Amino acid sequence: MDVIIKDLGLLINATLIATPPLLLAALGSCFSERSGVVNIGIEGMMTIGAFTGAVMGLTTGNGWIAFFCAGLAGALFGVIHAVACISFHADQTIAGTAINFLGPGLAVFLCKAMYNNSSDTPAMDPSCKLPKLFQGVFPAGSFWSNVLNVYSVAYLVFLLALVCWFVFYKTKFGAHLRAVGEHPEACESLGIDVYKVRYTCVILSGFLAGLGGAFVTLATINQFRPSVIVGQGFIAIAAVIFGKFSPGGATKACLLFGLCSGIKTLAGQSNTVSPNLISMIPYIVTILALVLFVGKAHTPAANGKIFVKSK
Amino acid sequence: MNKKKSILDSNVFYTLIAIAAGFIIGAVFLLIAGISPAVAYGKLLNSIFGKPKYLFWTLIYASPLIFTGLSVAFSFRTGVFNIGAEGQFVVGGLTACSLGILLDLPAVIHVPLCIIAAAAAGMIWSLIVGLLKVKRGIHEVLSFIMFNWIAFYLSNYVVNLAVIHKEGGGEASKDVLDSARLLFPEGVRKALDCSAANWGIIMAVAAAIIIWIIIEKTTLGYKLKAVGFNSNGALYAGINADRSVLTALGISGALAGLGGAVQILGMSGRLSQFAGQEGFGFEGITVALIGSSSPIGCIFSGLFYGAMKYGGSKLSIVKAPSEVVDIIMGCVILFIAISQIFRVLFARFGKKEGK
Repeated sequence: MDVIIKDLGLLINATLIATPPLLLAALGSCFSERSGVVNIGIEGMMTIGAFTGAVMGLTTGNGWIAFFCAGLAGALFGVIHAVACISFHADQTIAGTAINFLGPGLAVFLCKAMYNNSSDTPAMDPSCKLPKLFQGVFPAGSFWSNVLNVYSVAYLVFLLALVCWFVFYKTKFGAHLRAVGEHPEACESLGIDVYKVRYTCVILSGFLAGLGGAFVTLATINQFRPSVIVGQGFIAIAAVIFGKFSPGGATKACLLFGLCSGIKTLAGQSNTVSPNLISMIPYIVTILALVLFVGKAHTPAANGKIFVKSK
Repeated sequence: MNKKKSILDSNVFYTLIAIAAGFIIGAVFLLIAGISPAVAYGKLLNSIFGKPKYLFWTLIYASPLIFTGLSVAFSFRTGVFNIGAEGQFVVGGLTACSLGILLDLPAVIHVPLCIIAAAAAGMIWSLIVGLLKVKRGIHEVLSFIMFNWIAFYLSNYVVNLAVIHKEGGGEASKDVLDSARLLFPEGVRKALDCSAANWGIIMAVAAAIIIWIIIEKTTLGYKLKAVGFNSNGALYAGINADRSVLTALGISGALAGLGGAVQILGMSGRLSQFAGQEGFGFEGITVALIGSSSPIGCIFSGLFYGAMKYGGSKLSIVKAPSEVVDIIMGCVILFIAISQIFRVLFARFGKKEGK
């Protein structure tokens, strides 16, 4: 029994570590998609965030500053996406694909240029990383100590999900962004600046994706490698569609993916089942869940459509 | 005047400008990194054109990319977005590799069997997603992403199975039997001085021509395009939209699966375990975009990307990060994406001038 409880603690812990990067990126994606701009460049934005986080952590020695800078790097890519899609009327899928080449390409390129042709940054001292909360409050190895062996940012991320829900459904900006994604022409006739709302949302999505990437390098592990962000950005997009484009739904979907990832981590330690088969579970579960329970998602009506201001 | 207008209207003109701009931005980053762009680009060009055998390697690199490019381009033309070419490529390669190892048949049967099975695997992988879309209304981008990862882990799983895995061969499968390989006869390969020269490029060009004929010259292609253009309008005209989506996705998936077969039976001869997705499907999106979603355009953009990939792999010799290729390609796509507005501006400018 004790063993089961201990394992359960470890499983919750693994979930709490795997979820925040996905959730940050997914919340950002919610903003972008609901305002009517498809952003499949999340993966690239996360990678550049992961790299910036690691470099700033190594140079400043302060995890929080590094974390924030990573958000800014993501936001910069958000600006590129926004300018291309909103002002230059680019096809949003194409621009997002470009970001997915530029982000990882630039990250590894700069890494090699800065660190003697190595595609990995050096490992960080734990003091440069984001701090852990509740360290040493509970006896080592106990259930709560296992569960709460989590970096403090993780708690903030879940709090942020709540804030996003509030912004979406309880503020004027939230109402505007949802309306802009459904019927921009109507919004414009009511005096809402469609471009301004969309710019804000897309840049915000870049910022949050950058933070998500940095969570991996500054908390989960302690360096940048080209393989730190493999597919999390796409999983985050999947979570948003799964969660029907709402922050609450996306949070639940991210927790599901996080749980599957946690099972994978723990089951991978025993060698009974092939880790590759276990790794497939989250994706199969998602498909089954969609087929059995969730069904059709309502995509924001103006999503992916080019909107031209009428002066 | 008319001639000038036709230049400004043509996709090729904007694509070439985008490529030039991509190289300029790549040069800026090389300078920032303290590497001479002349040296890096010189090495890049030399690695592509320096010797005849380098050109053959470019063709080898280009073949699978032309297939995934065709796959994505075909899906674009028919109004669905096949972001799942990656997974279809992987199951195609996996199927070709497994059959190439496990079956022992004369080459006349073995090669076509492996190729057809790979195309079928890619088609089925794509059709499952199509059925989920048509029957249950599930967003195809979501299920494609899921199926890409399922294919990735499935491939890694199969590589490690006892019957497929090479003893002491690191993290790769056994070699595909010679009877299943697409290689040119040994004498020809020796004469070309290129050990992996294969039929892939000829298959790719043939596939591009067939797809061009389907899209431009057949009723089927017309129906698929009509559904892609306006599914309600097509429905009104008596076209079964669901069936069209499935047909389009099936063909698109088969093309990506063929790309996987060409890569395994042509160039590599075995399957490796990977830490992350290889990216042929995602590169196919780029090939389709640079080729303006035209099948013939995909031949040229596939060759361009193949050359960049092969040349880029040699950049480490001059201590330049090969990722500069990704930066250039990313910029090229971005500039192609924003070129639309210049077209509109030039058109407006032209009109004013005409007055």
